[in-house]
Amino acid sequence: MNRLRFRSAWNTTAALLILAVLLFPVYWMLNTALQPEASIAATQWFPTAPSLRNFDTAISSQGGSLLTSFAVALGAVVVCLALAAPAAYGLAQFGLRGGQGIVFGTLITQMVPGIVIANALYSAYAELGLVNSYLGLVLADASLGLPFAIVLLRAFMVSIPAEVVEAAMVDGANRFTAFVRIVLPMSRNALITAGLFTFLFAWSDFMFALTLNTTDDVKPITLGIYQFVGAHVSDWGAVMATAVLSAVPAAILLVVAQKYIAAGITGGSVK
Amino acid sequence: MTTITSIAPAEGTAGAGSTSVRTSRHRGLLRWLFVVPALAYMALFFGYPLVRNIVMSFQHYTPKTYFTGEAPFNGLDNWRAVFANELFTDALWHTALFTVGSLLGQFTIGLALAVFFSRRFRLSGVIRAVLLLPWLVPMVVSAVVWRRILDQEHGMLNTALHAVGLVPADGVPWLSSPGVALFSAILVNIWIGIPFNMVILYGGLQEIPRDLYEAAALDGSGAWRTFRSITLPMLRPVITVVLVLGFMSTVKILDLILALTSGGPADSTQTLGTVTYQLSFLQLDFGQGAVVGNVLILISAVFAVLYLRANRADFGKGK
Repeated sequence: MNRLRFRSAWNTTAALLILAVLLFPVYWMLNTALQPEASIAATQWFPTAPSLRNFDTAISSQGGSLLTSFAVALGAVVVCLALAAPAAYGLAQFGLRGGQGIVFGTLITQMVPGIVIANALYSAYAELGLVNSYLGLVLADASLGLPFAIVLLRAFMVSIPAEVVEAAMVDGANRFTAFVRIVLPMSRNALITAGLFTFLFAWSDFMFALTLNTTDDVKPITLGIYQFVGAHVSDWGAVMATAVLSAVPAAILLVVAQKYIAAGITGGSVK
Repeated sequence: MTTITSIAPAEGTAGAGSTSVRTSRHRGLLRWLFVVPALAYMALFFGYPLVRNIVMSFQHYTPKTYFTGEAPFNGLDNWRAVFANELFTDALWHTALFTVGSLLGQFTIGLALAVFFSRRFRLSGVIRAVLLLPWLVPMVVSAVVWRRILDQEHGMLNTALHAVGLVPADGVPWLSSPGVALFSAILVNIWIGIPFNMVILYGGLQEIPRDLYEAAALDGSGAWRTFRSITLPMLRPVITVVLVLGFMSTVKILDLILALTSGGPADSTQTLGTVTYQLSFLQLDFGQGAVVGNVLILISAVFAVLYLRANRADFGKGK
């Protein structure tokens, strides 16, 4: 018993060591952000005199981009869930002819390189006047979460008993009302998970932000930090403070949806 | 929203005295209304780009195209130009190195961590969860942090290595020397990819029945022997999936390299992804960009086929 406990303690120590090594860049980001003098010269190992001044700089210069990212990611979540939820339900419950093929196709879409989509989308957007628009970026970013959302929601909705919906329909609801009133509330957790991931995918997007915008009208934080680091390499403290702020959604997701993340990484592709 | 308005009257008319055959056909169509919006969206945002990209690769695009709307077809001109371009050949080679190097590193370390975390000990779950952070942070942000760490003069890595006497005072030019930059980019990408590999492989390890290990232990099989004879063979389907998914996300990487080195120094970190971007969006020759994009698709498709073959068993189950 004692030996087992000793081994467990040893393993925990080793695991913490691995954690320290692998998360060092994250520590360094925080550490640099907390040191206002961290500018061009070497950074101290520890923030002995921590200050939030870099965050002031970050927010005053990149605050707008943070808001843009927030708005775009939120929009992408709305578009993605509005499309994915009914589709997932249809694929899970209706036994549609060719449904199998659609699920298959959904998985295949994840293999199309983003730059290829951007390449073709740009010329289409140019014709439609969607370059440099919130709508254009929201629609493009929704594509990042859609296949994943469909697969995840479908896997959940397969287990909803058909009788529940039929009962509601006997009471006079049509199929769509039944879907909204019965299926959606039942799928709340799956919807939240799919939504959180879509938010993160859209928040992390750099490719569409870079290629579908030619002006600074719509500038998400990923594009912001890219330009910021190009122009202000001397102010590393502020750059790192921006980096910290842009990593906040990831940290929140890690805490809120921890147990769904493994499922999210595999993106419904393994099972 | 359009679905609501279109469904309601449709069901009304279907109920109002049509034959049961018509009603059921109607119902079948109504069911499709749930799926059609998502299908239309996917056709527009995945299908259309695929087709358009192929067409574009045979068209002559210039910045003028965006004023005149004219993009005349030019046969194989784009293809010839791209294949004659030394940058393309270099990028192909860099992409191969970057992909293989990244996958090897990510997979080996990911598997080692997965095996390690399969032991039972306190805080295992929490630590595993926190290890995911590098994968969740936007790639551009990670790249920017690493750019600071790898800075030749003021970067923490050179400072630390110099302190323990491993590198001279002027440090290693991690990102500023053409001979080292690609290696550094691979290093950073390995770091980003470890959580992904670890999580999927860890999941796979949990699926292996415990009694196989108990039987092996009874037979007096050592740790390494058990790993080779039980763990690896049982894990094979998961390993295939990890490698193929990893391949497909690595081969097209753009953000990491743009934010880390912008393809430099001296084009030493240009990959198919960055070259596509450069041709299309910096030189505004979308036709040539499309050619490189198509090559990228072709490479992905080959591995997609591998992936589907690996997954065939799962699709067969009808779920």
